[in-house]
Amino acid sequence: MARGKILRVSGPLIVAEGMEGSMVYEVVLVGDESLIGEVIGLQGDRAFIQVYEDTSGLRVGEPVEGTGSLLSAELGPGIVGKVYDGLQRPLSVIGEIHGAFVSKGVKLPALPRNVKWTFRKSLDVKVGDKVEGGSILGYVQETPILLHKIMVPPGLSGVLKELAPDGDYTVEETIAVVDVGGGEEKEVRLMSKWPIRKPRPYKTRLEPVEPLITGTRVLDMMFPVAKGGKAAVPGGFGSGKTVLLHTLTKWSRTQVNIFVGCGERGNEMADALHSFRKLSDPESGRPLSEKAIFIANTSNMPVAARETSVFLGVTIGEYFRDMGYDVLMVADSTSRWAEAMREISARLEEMPGDEGFPAYLGSRLAEFYERSGRVVTLGSPERVGSLTILGAVSPPGADFSEPVTTNTLRYIGALLALDVSLANRRHFPAINWLLSYSQYVETVAKWWERDFRDWLKLRNEALRILQRESELMELVRLVGPEALPDPDKLLLDVAKMIREDFLQQSAYHPIDAYSSPEKTVLMLDIIIRFYEEAAKTLNEGVPLSKIREAPVISRIARMKEVRNEEFRKVHEDIVKEISDYFRKLRTGELSGS
Amino acid sequence: MVLNLSVKEVRRALSARGSLLLVKSVEGIRYGEVVEVTLPSGESRVGQVIDVGKDVSVIQVFGGVSEVNVDSIKVRFKGETLKIPVSLDMFGRIFDGLGNPIDGGPRIIPEDWLDVNGAPLNPAMREPPSEFIETGISAIDALFSIVRGQKLPIFSGAGLPHNRIAAQIVRQATVRGKEERFAVVFAAIGVTYEEAYFFIESLKKAKNVENVISFINTASSPVIERIAVPRVALTTAEFLAWKHDIHVLVIMSDMTNYAEALRELSAAREEVPGRRGYPGYMYTDLATIYERAGKVTGKKGSVTQMPILTMPDDDITHPIPDLTGYITEGQIVLSRDMFRKGLYPPVDVLLSLSRLMKDGIGPGKTREDHYQVFMQMIAAYTEGQYLRELSAIIGAESLSERDRKYLNFADLFERRFINQGENERRDIETTLDLGWEVLSVLPEEELKLISVENIRKYHPKYRSSVRASVAADTQAG
Repeated sequence: MARGKILRVSGPLIVAEGMEGSMVYEVVLVGDESLIGEVIGLQGDRAFIQVYEDTSGLRVGEPVEGTGSLLSAELGPGIVGKVYDGLQRPLSVIGEIHGAFVSKGVKLPALPRNVKWTFRKSLDVKVGDKVEGGSILGYVQETPILLHKIMVPPGLSGVLKELAPDGDYTVEETIAVVDVGGGEEKEVRLMSKWPIRKPRPYKTRLEPVEPLITGTRVLDMMFPVAKGGKAAVPGGFGSGKTVLLHTLTKWSRTQVNIFVGCGERGNEMADALHSFRKLSDPESGRPLSEKAIFIANTSNMPVAARETSVFLGVTIGEYFRDMGYDVLMVADSTSRWAEAMREISARLEEMPGDEGFPAYLGSRLAEFYERSGRVVTLGSPERVGSLTILGAVSPPGADFSEPVTTNTLRYIGALLALDVSLANRRHFPAINWLLSYSQYVETVAKWWERDFRDWLKLRNEALRILQRESELMELVRLVGPEALPDPDKLLLDVAKMIREDFLQQSAYHPIDAYSSPEKTVLMLDIIIRFYEEAAKTLNEGVPLSKIREAPVISRIARMKEVRNEEFRKVHEDIVKEISDYFRKLRTGELSGS
Repeated sequence: MVLNLSVKEVRRALSARGSLLLVKSVEGIRYGEVVEVTLPSGESRVGQVIDVGKDVSVIQVFGGVSEVNVDSIKVRFKGETLKIPVSLDMFGRIFDGLGNPIDGGPRIIPEDWLDVNGAPLNPAMREPPSEFIETGISAIDALFSIVRGQKLPIFSGAGLPHNRIAAQIVRQATVRGKEERFAVVFAAIGVTYEEAYFFIESLKKAKNVENVISFINTASSPVIERIAVPRVALTTAEFLAWKHDIHVLVIMSDMTNYAEALRELSAAREEVPGRRGYPGYMYTDLATIYERAGKVTGKKGSVTQMPILTMPDDDITHPIPDLTGYITEGQIVLSRDMFRKGLYPPVDVLLSLSRLMKDGIGPGKTREDHYQVFMQMIAAYTEGQYLRELSAIIGAESLSERDRKYLNFADLFERRFINQGENERRDIETTLDLGWEVLSVLPEEELKLISVENIRKYHPKYRSSVRASVAADTQAG
């Protein structure tokens, strides 16, 4: 292992000499305090090292020691519900031991070593079977809502020689022995390790055809994200990015959620942690933290660790994907990671690209987003898992033409563009329906249409109305609304209804926060039916003022507050009210009133 | 602490330029350590090592490099990072940007020496802030409520009354039902002497403030010292909050001057500039300041921050307010339009925001109708603003009856609800009742965001003691 000496210290970057034999991305221990660093470049015997902890106090000449291994994640039971920093140090445990402040040089294992987990061996394998990477050997019920599947680590295959009986084991105890041939045997434990920069292998990649149900109407109905897909959420400050991402992480119908707070606010992270413990999963009623993992590298923590926090999150996501689960990973915010790259790149004196960002910004972002996907996993039994990635982008001055946003758009399948002006008007979630897009609409339409025949039709009609509204508004600004013909006025009314009564959704309202697929579709169905009936009535010569008096309008305005399970009945009711009212208007039964 | 017996010293510099000093490296100097630079005249300045190499090291000198003669200076390495003495005796005192007294009083007897950079708070140990601070200013309390442990900046413009607002908040701020120790730490960063003096005087007069500690770097003080002032002030605040259970409000004015100093330093270091010449790491740098606010599990005190910054050319997308807005938990934006209309406080209601508001308001904290009244007022005011623009083009006559009611609401909202005296303190009930009065000029069925129960309970129409003032106002207007 290389042993060198510090030659230069410049912020998070150090240069060390005498580092022959070290490799790029090797973990090194820097200085007398053994700070954790990673080699990011080599030149002769010199290594350029980014240090993941505060470098104050380092001296020229202090030792730098190679470890021979890449920065890896510890994967195994005990990972769920934890809060980690970018180096996978358990922050809550550190807090208990070291107090409220993060101190340097702390080394603690990511997974507790003394906890015993109840292991139940799989009935599908027995000693003598041939196993390979990904094969399931047994199970640990980690939390009431998460069954942790213990797999043979990727890259290992052979004949199962021993399999431990059901019982309690620590993560380090051997639960299986695999004869890999050539007289060599490998032990399998509850815990395994995987280098965070290396994608975990899978068998085949599948097309993302199933929508990720998020419970947020504007996503589910207008701009769906498929399981295994990737989406970017760019937005200026105050556009409600973090609230939206928290909401999606909370309510999405997945088995595991990973939230990475990368260079963001500490109080927000605290809020997320507390609310995930308090809120319960809509399906199981258990606390959401029993299926969530948090990675927190707040803005005042070491810059270099922002990159590791993102890759650590993805690696954990792939690990659960390999168990056959649907996983959602949210990174808030990828811009802070890009800024960290820019800072390190500047200190390396690399040739800068756009706005000082390194030229490899795009390829690094691609490495991250490309790790999403819906796959057939390795090993037996055969299973399908997915990892969906949502990345927040924080464009300076809310200007979407900046490098991080433009580079991100090259790799994602859906854009959920947040709009500060909508947020200023308190339209939340402030997703701009004219700028946003989703390439998954056609692929997920089939899934929706199994239960809701009109999903695509409703969606397209709603978007058409909104598009037409924006054209008409240009006109209104010149001539005023009264100058428009009645059918256009009606369209504006309906567009307002779509915006206020359908798209707007309160993240804090106990009922409105999660809208079931059924409720979402039926809500829009009501509005579109209202439009069709009203347009028909108007066409038959009934004045617009009569249509605007429809009492059902105020019912539509409050339909968000109806519980998911009661909605089908309310839908029937309202639809009946709409058709009755307009029929009466048309036949003149109501004209005198 | 490790004692460093061997004194490390160099007696000449290789170059001196733009507050940076390049010296030949001596063995064992540490990244980030403090140096003492002594000029031939005997004057000494504090500096910090910002780059250590085998041959050459770079020192940033607080106080600048003027009068430095590279051949006859003494640079002495202290072997530790920048630390300041702290003590409860600092109350009422005035210090410079590095913590030296400048009020003519004696040096303080330190209770502790603390690193000015602090240590990052473990996010898992933070307590989400949720205690409502009643400032007595309707606009703030009702629309962008502040909670203890929050960082809420004021985005101002040249000539707008940000200082008066901040001073009013300090005078009037209380947490309901609690008598706890409350102190203010004030950091003046590159402001004029008059501004700094105004603050210190008005803080002294505030009755609820146990005491004030001021750190002053005026416009004429060395630019580079501005890098240190906020950190020194926050270190003192943290000492009071975490060691002595005091609730501390830190006011820092003007953060724009801080960012300018950062740019100057970055240019001197010949770094690759980011947007508009500001260094690429400005977000991170500002975060190391703003993130030093909050509440901690198991500690009674708290640090609340109210940084003030002036937006160059009133531009909110300028890198300084932009990056600040990405870090802080909301912002109070002052509006030149409102100021021109003679309204105080001249806040831009639609651009201002408090992200932590939802946790600090509601039943048991303020009142059950608070959130709904807030949402309804914002929605109605947005509509009113839109109609104002429209009526400017097509004339108020072509607006409908309903639209005119919204216009009326927007006017009343500004004149009666937002506008208030500099010494007027409204408690939250008064503020919300006033909100209801203003809202009551709208037809009841327009109050879609308020639940029927709350309308029945709080709408002036259903309350016995209807105040006639708004009705009279409506007719007059």
